Amino acid sequence: MNKIFEVPLYAYERSPDQDAPVPVRHKVIVVGAGPIGLGAAIDLAQQGVEVVVLDDNDKVSFGSRAICFAKRPLEILDRLGCGQPMVDKGVEWDVGKVFFDDRQVYEFNLLPEEGHRRPAFINLQQYYFEEYLVNRVRELQAEGAPIEIRGRNKVEAIGTHPDHVKLEVETPEGSYTVEADWLIACDGAGSPIRAMLGKDFVGRVFEDNFLIADVIMEADFPTERWFWFDPPFNKGQSALLHKQPDGVWRIDLQLGWDIDKEREKRPENVIPRLKAMLGQDVKFDLEWVSIYTFQCRRMEQFRHDRVIFAGDSAHQVSPFGARGANSGLQDTDNLCWKLKLVLDGKAPEALLDSYDIERIHGADENILNSTRSTDFITPKSEMSRTLRDAVLDLSEHYEFARPLVNSGRLSVPCTYDGSPLNSADALDGPARTRPGSPCPDAPLKDEFLLPKLGGKFTLLTIDADAPDVIEEDGVEVTRLALSVKDDPTLELKRRYLGDNDSAVYLIRPDQHVAARRPSFDENMFRHAIRRATGKE
Amino acid sequence: MTDLILTPNIDGADDFYADLLAAHEGLDKSASDALSARLVLVLANHIGDRAVLDQALKAAALKQE
Repeated sequence: MNKIFEVPLYAYERSPDQDAPVPVRHKVIVVGAGPIGLGAAIDLAQQGVEVVVLDDNDKVSFGSRAICFAKRPLEILDRLGCGQPMVDKGVEWDVGKVFFDDRQVYEFNLLPEEGHRRPAFINLQQYYFEEYLVNRVRELQAEGAPIEIRGRNKVEAIGTHPDHVKLEVETPEGSYTVEADWLIACDGAGSPIRAMLGKDFVGRVFEDNFLIADVIMEADFPTERWFWFDPPFNKGQSALLHKQPDGVWRIDLQLGWDIDKEREKRPENVIPRLKAMLGQDVKFDLEWVSIYTFQCRRMEQFRHDRVIFAGDSAHQVSPFGARGANSGLQDTDNLCWKLKLVLDGKAPEALLDSYDIERIHGADENILNSTRSTDFITPKSEMSRTLRDAVLDLSEHYEFARPLVNSGRLSVPCTYDGSPLNSADALDGPARTRPGSPCPDAPLKDEFLLPKLGGKFTLLTIDADAPDVIEEDGVEVTRLALSVKDDPTLELKRRYLGDNDSAVYLIRPDQHVAARRPSFDENMFRHAIRRATGKE
Repeated sequence: MTDLILTPNIDGADDFYADLLAAHEGLDKSASDALSARLVLVLANHIGDRAVLDQALKAAALKQE
């Protein structure tokens, strides 16, 4: 078994809080040191917000778990200062193959769009992902940033108050009380915080079990995503093979509903299944086996006064499409800048209501997509199976049927259409950069656009004049002046100007467009800044 | 917007109907269902227009507008 699971990454240490005569009050407490909790804490600490992460464990997650990370989360990680190690370690892939019964029906290439710093996807085990985030936390601590992780600190009880939250925390040395102005619950799909608050978590349960195995093998399977519908080695079900770093392969085998989970997990039952799939002569070691069922559901509201839910604790989707960790990072990307403005008294608490609106929009989009994938992969009626098989049979012969094949629509960030933070679109420009959109990256000679946007309000001007800095009611907006000449490939023009000769964009700290116009207009942009910070 | 054609539109309707039956000749129920499903998908792609497809779904369900 891989050593990384064994070593405590954030071992328990006694905190002075445990000996304080009165409970210590922190600015923000994050519950859960998974990908989302660590992402939130790093984001806040980078902005100078004091944050404590509590986790009931002290190690990285066991098994590969989330393995597919999409471009947008990688761009967010760049802003959090740890995108590069992820991309260096991760496996990039573009080619996918679809099999039906005993034959390959077609092959596709994602053909990722040019002119982006980051690839469309990387595969990386969740334990590496978490390790690199913890490394980043240590780096920030060394720089004196106000961030702390407390291992084996389990929240036992929560008391909510209008202006703070009180927690009872259990440790190996007994329990203590601690307080926070704000609590971010990133404690996973089974969220104990959600249960303690008695909040709903409703949705659709899918009656199916999947066996998930990490296998180490020296095999010449190419770095591609292989998906089988109804293969001979798993009749009537599906299977997925995907490569991870270190010669580890992820295998998912659908097992159906009526099975004995404990029995199916035993190596003597798993190994024959894998041999039937990989070939009798292929040598492999089992690193990790798990059986999961899944649900598509979300909380009705993600914010409950001073407690804010993010990631799987707020919404859960099927694994098809890699929308779990990917969407969770977009939650905290959306939340942290807003919380910072509220904490600094530069925006009203009402700004946080837009977190609910925008991320519920995102969660619903993800649930819709992953439910549709699930319905295709595991047809629930005879007729849906007939139609599904018809699509697959046609896909072997005719290109038209291939877009109908749904083995997971891979995660893309959502556009916050209709968000109260958007100003009316005042540019007849490309649809992909309309207000609410995540900014698409673009090449700028030797560098890229997104790293230059950073994590603050930016006024992006392309061949347009504007002041270098605008301050509106405490919110500072800095200009980034570019010209179409900065990008010889003309992607900047295609993505941000369309047929216009110039444009001015107001871009939020999470790199979503708040407003745009062909040229600068002080009155309009001041209103847009107020609107984007919950003041109008 | 194009409307779904719900008036006679096939030249030699009897011949087409015979061709349709012939395509199912000798097939068992599941093979016939599969053929029908493929045919629906082929025709739907040819139409392409979502508004027309929507009207067709409603027409096939015998639901009045």
